[in-house]
Amino acid sequence: MGALTWIVVLPLIGFLVNGLAGNTLGKRFVSVVGCGLPILSFLIAAGSVAALLAGGSTPRIETVFTWAVIGGRAFEIAFYLDRLSAVMVLIVTGVGSLIHVYSTGYMHDDESYARFFAYLNLFLFFMLLLVLGRSALVLFVGWEGVGLASYLLIGFWFEDPEKAAAGKKAFITNRIGDAGFLLGMFLMYYAVGTLDMDRINAAFAAGVPAGVSASLIGVLLFIGASGKSAQIPLHVWLPDAMAGPTPVSALIHAATMVTAGVYLVARLSGIFAHAEFASQVVATVGVLTAFFAATVALVQTDIKRVLAYSTISQLGFMFLAAGVGAYGVAVFHVVTHAFFKACLFLGAGSVIHAMSGEQDIRKMGALAKKIPITFATFAVSTAAIAGLPPLSGFFSKDEILWFAYGSSFGGSPWLLILASATALLTAFYMFRLLWLTFFGPPRMDEEVAHHIHESPWSMTGVLIVLALLAALGGFFSIPHFLEPMLPLPQIRPEAQSFHGPLLWIAIGLGVGGLLLAAYFYGNNAARATRLKPSFEPVHKLLSGKYYIDELYEAVLGRPLTWISEKIFLRIGDKFLIDGSLDGLAALAQRGAGRLSKLQTGNLHLYAFLVLAGIVGALIWSWRNG
Amino acid sequence: MDKVQLLLSLSIALFAIGLLGVIVRRNLLVMLMCMELMLNGVNLSLVTFAHQMGQAVGAVLVFLIFVVATAEIAVAIPIVLLLVKRKHSLDIGAYNDLKG
Repeated sequence: MGALTWIVVLPLIGFLVNGLAGNTLGKRFVSVVGCGLPILSFLIAAGSVAALLAGGSTPRIETVFTWAVIGGRAFEIAFYLDRLSAVMVLIVTGVGSLIHVYSTGYMHDDESYARFFAYLNLFLFFMLLLVLGRSALVLFVGWEGVGLASYLLIGFWFEDPEKAAAGKKAFITNRIGDAGFLLGMFLMYYAVGTLDMDRINAAFAAGVPAGVSASLIGVLLFIGASGKSAQIPLHVWLPDAMAGPTPVSALIHAATMVTAGVYLVARLSGIFAHAEFASQVVATVGVLTAFFAATVALVQTDIKRVLAYSTISQLGFMFLAAGVGAYGVAVFHVVTHAFFKACLFLGAGSVIHAMSGEQDIRKMGALAKKIPITFATFAVSTAAIAGLPPLSGFFSKDEILWFAYGSSFGGSPWLLILASATALLTAFYMFRLLWLTFFGPPRMDEEVAHHIHESPWSMTGVLIVLALLAALGGFFSIPHFLEPMLPLPQIRPEAQSFHGPLLWIAIGLGVGGLLLAAYFYGNNAARATRLKPSFEPVHKLLSGKYYIDELYEAVLGRPLTWISEKIFLRIGDKFLIDGSLDGLAALAQRGAGRLSKLQTGNLHLYAFLVLAGIVGALIWSWRNG
Repeated sequence: MDKVQLLLSLSIALFAIGLLGVIVRRNLLVMLMCMELMLNGVNLSLVTFAHQMGQAVGAVLVFLIFVVATAEIAVAIPIVLLLVKRKHSLDIGAYNDLKG
């Protein structure tokens, strides 16, 4: 087996070992296997990427075996490493390994410790399959697999029905998107005759094949991407997914899995570059999602839910960038977001750990001095996501704003306006979160306050590493790194001169959000509380999350229940199926009752019937003989 | 009539007597005996045909049937004995319990 195969297979081995024998092996062994194999995978990945860069940019292809040959067309399990998948592989294995290490501390007292690590490793396996697969088919296997792992991990504490239901919701919502993805794959195969994504891109680069519309494929693929990456209207599962353990939220629902949709769009950029309508859809949905989720995040009181809506919002930013043709910038934001959002989620986990399981920020406050390492890392990441220079989020967000306005491939002022408003809201709600959690007077019970403690080194160490990455990650310009394969769009001539001012606007938005949050939430959030009554309807709408869950329940849930109960259950199941089967059984019973009258018990009659039969047979054979 | 026709007529006669006996008589033991008559009528025809075709296999088969018939009687007689023990009667009419 080649190096790429090992990268993928090592976590699978971890899953098998911990999943099958984990409970008998002891926690120490489980930790070594569960963290060691992903780290090994990361090291091999780093080696492979170094080799790739040393050998120019020729993509490395590793065929493992041929899955099926239909006609002359072969479907191969092949791994493909180019600059784009290199970035993704390093993020998945690197951030993934860090979160594994963190989990050894966070999940230390959980009785299903081995199961947790088995699932995490399973997730890594599928995620690596997703980013390394050369064929869309392999990508799809990984795509479904991460959905499965996400389902298992959201419902990790399945004894609680609410958490199990959250897992189901995530899975089902994703399936809706997957239907679109599958249709898109059929169309790609119909158009090009292969599912190898590098070949598809090459075919589309030579012009859109006859008989197929690039925009239709693009929209279908984007439906799949919007399911996985929680974009409107399929975003409803992500906030509920916070029911899972916090490291899961960091790994799956912030850093890696939810960015798979962005990766898909960037990977198939050859199609999207020819699909102007689909790209407009991507950009519009992206920016609307970003704005919508940011407004909801303003009023959430659960620390993890604020971060969940923030994730949806940031994913919207990534799609905005992809929609205006700046795929490299979208991936750049994927990377910086992976750093700061993983750090924020893990920081939130550390806070929850310190608060004995409390997640409501209204009951926190004044934690800055008590858990200083968590506070410092959380503050750095908050500044990064708010876009304060020179932290990583500033660079990626600034480029997104720039291309949203300046790109000749669909950039426009209204995209910039919505995106800027979102950036301001982002800075505001993130600093609000920071303020309510770490500053102000303590609002928790005596009991909880007494138990507040800094997390162990396995957790804080990871936080420090991620905070450093979140701070410095922006200096490595990924759009530039990816430019050989994902060229950036042309800048509209009339926008050329706007680059300098936009930089200051971006800084202003971050600082403005910070100042606004300080103004409203400083001094025990007095101004925010005073302001609340006059905005009561808006506040209600936002804390109700625009009542989208209720809307789905009314439009989809209840009619489906009605149809199932009244038509499928009563008419279909009870009347047609049960009725016909019961009827058949009754018929057989009555018929047998009639026929049993023939059995008289009179031996002479039987013998006579035998005689009659013989005579009859003789006569018949004589006549027809 | 040549010898073969004679023998076949005898075999049909045996079979018919046996069958009539089973149908008409009500005594269990007599019915069993009549069944044996039917069997032997068939056996006779078998041996006759075997002789006519000059095949020894038929004659050997007859011996096999004798053995089977013996075994059958060895099972049938105890059943009759048990039945008689139960109802103290050899009349077939006493045993028509197995009606639907």
